[in-house]
Amino acid sequence: MEFLTTPPPPIRRLELDDPAAAQEVAAPARPENGAHAAPGGFTGARRSIGAPQFSIRRMEIDEVSVFYGAKEAVKGVSLPVRQGEVLSLIGPSGCGKTTLLRSLNRLTELTSTATLKGRILLDDVDIKQIEPTLLRRRVTMVFQQPNPFPMSVFDNIGYVLREQGSRRARKKQLEAKVHSALDRAGLFEEVKDNLDHPALKLSGGQQQRLCIARALAAEPEVLLLDEPCSALDPQSTQVIEDLIVKLRDDVAVVIVTHNLQQAYRIADHVAFMYLGDLVEYSSATALFGSPREKRTQEYVSGAFG
Amino acid sequence: MDSPVAPPPVLPPPATNPPRPSKDAVEGSSTWALVDRIGLAICWALGLLFCAIAVAIVVYLFIQGITYLKPSMLVTPAASGFSQSETGGFSDALFGTMIVATMGISIALPAGVAIAVWLVEYGRPTALARITESTIEAIAGIPSIVLALFGTVIFSNAALGFLSRSTEGIVFGRSFFAASAMLSLVALPLIVASTREGLNSIPRHVREASYAVGKTKAATTRRILLPAARPQVATGAMLGLGRIIGDTAIIVVLLGATQNFAPVEGVGFPLNYLRGAGTTLTNFVYEASPTGNLNQPEKAYAAAFVLLLMVLVLNGAVDVIHRRARKVGTWSS
Repeated sequence: MEFLTTPPPPIRRLELDDPAAAQEVAAPARPENGAHAAPGGFTGARRSIGAPQFSIRRMEIDEVSVFYGAKEAVKGVSLPVRQGEVLSLIGPSGCGKTTLLRSLNRLTELTSTATLKGRILLDDVDIKQIEPTLLRRRVTMVFQQPNPFPMSVFDNIGYVLREQGSRRARKKQLEAKVHSALDRAGLFEEVKDNLDHPALKLSGGQQQRLCIARALAAEPEVLLLDEPCSALDPQSTQVIEDLIVKLRDDVAVVIVTHNLQQAYRIADHVAFMYLGDLVEYSSATALFGSPREKRTQEYVSGAFG
Repeated sequence: MDSPVAPPPVLPPPATNPPRPSKDAVEGSSTWALVDRIGLAICWALGLLFCAIAVAIVVYLFIQGITYLKPSMLVTPAASGFSQSETGGFSDALFGTMIVATMGISIALPAGVAIAVWLVEYGRPTALARITESTIEAIAGIPSIVLALFGTVIFSNAALGFLSRSTEGIVFGRSFFAASAMLSLVALPLIVASTREGLNSIPRHVREASYAVGKTKAATTRRILLPAARPQVATGAMLGLGRIIGDTAIIVVLLGATQNFAPVEGVGFPLNYLRGAGTTLTNFVYEASPTGNLNQPEKAYAAAFVLLLMVLVLNGAVDVIHRRARKVGTWSS
């Protein structure tokens, strides 16, 4: 009954104006069994991603600004997107990270007030010169809310494989590709007996993996993930994070996340954005371990967000 | 044991049994203000009253219908005679209802869905979309007798003579074509409203998910949006069908309201019937009711019973469609 009598440890408050104190508080007290925790301003989680095996530059974001009407949501951001690596965009709400992500496959264009300045290159070709439907098959996207289409699990993938609105290409012909897409998303074993069940009856985590499978079925070069785990429970999040780490060799992965631990766990490079500006871009260990900018330091230590 | 042992925690003495409430505590209206209690009572009373009225209508029509409806009435056309045994049944009216329902809905459904898709998915220029919206609302508000009157002007036009009977350049302007066309306007606003509701309930990110795998707007609409909105489209169609079946004014004015089919001579089947005048069940009920020309209330009840059955079947169909849609599931918002 000791826990009943022992008084709880005093809660130490973060002194916002004193970075040294913030650092002290934020430093991990007990690194769990050998986990490599980041020093510096971040109560690190365990890194679940190893060093990249290779990295090929797929996309180049070059001085990109995005405006909604007169409001500048992204201000002159330059970033590389590489296959073999996971790039994470972090920053407080409204910092422009999702807008930047959506401009990579020209989804921002669906908002009539949005305009884009600067260049985004995909394999050295300006994406403005790529027909949007073709671009979006090469740069696919997974959204915050799991959004399978209201059809069977099989047809969700089949829809992507088939020509536009066509029903052609029979099930038999698509089977191998559908299975392999589900397999790459780590879902095949769970759904292989229920491929004709409605996709919207899967669990949230399975739905999100189906969405990843759908995005992979187009065989993209770049996979964009917009807070893919924010609607999911911790277990499903874990499964999806493991999957993202596995995917980085096949496809360049860009993930927007609110969850700093997640960024630390699975990203190779992290870009911290604040009010539309790219404040800092460096490797995850560097950005969380020894941030160069004061803003970054404050954000990763939880001083604001 | 020389290590100091923490003294046992001092526990509060066990509470003496609190007085148990005689019943489990639930939130009830007993603590409400008097106005709120009166309000609740009125809600209950009105709810029950309308249930009672609906049940009374259905039960009464069922009893009357089962008493007077004879299967032969469904296959015998109306005839003139002096007693109810000589005047036949209402097969022409029954077929007439089926014809206007089929034709009306086959105009209204595609048009309504197309308008709704345009309004929700395109809707540019905004001013035009606004005008379209208010036009549809205006049509929904126009009494069908006014639509009927307007229909006579249109369909008596010489250019539209091929849609009805015309003799020596004079266009009769009353036919199944004319009535169905105007009846489709009665159903259209319901279909537009219901389809719009269905499309609007699809989250934006679902559309974007389809665009984000390289699909065009057209493919997305056809394969994702319309199938997802199917329950609401079907609801709109059923409601519209109900309105078409139930309309009388347009039938009286634009279908000629004869007792039987009046096919046009010298025209091949089925155009001869569709260009000719006719009748429907609502018109038959009207004519056979005590205030009508025929005054044979027993047959009016029988025909009304058949109408009621049709409407009940439509309601049942809406339920089935929604239940099936629930099996497919929907997005968490």
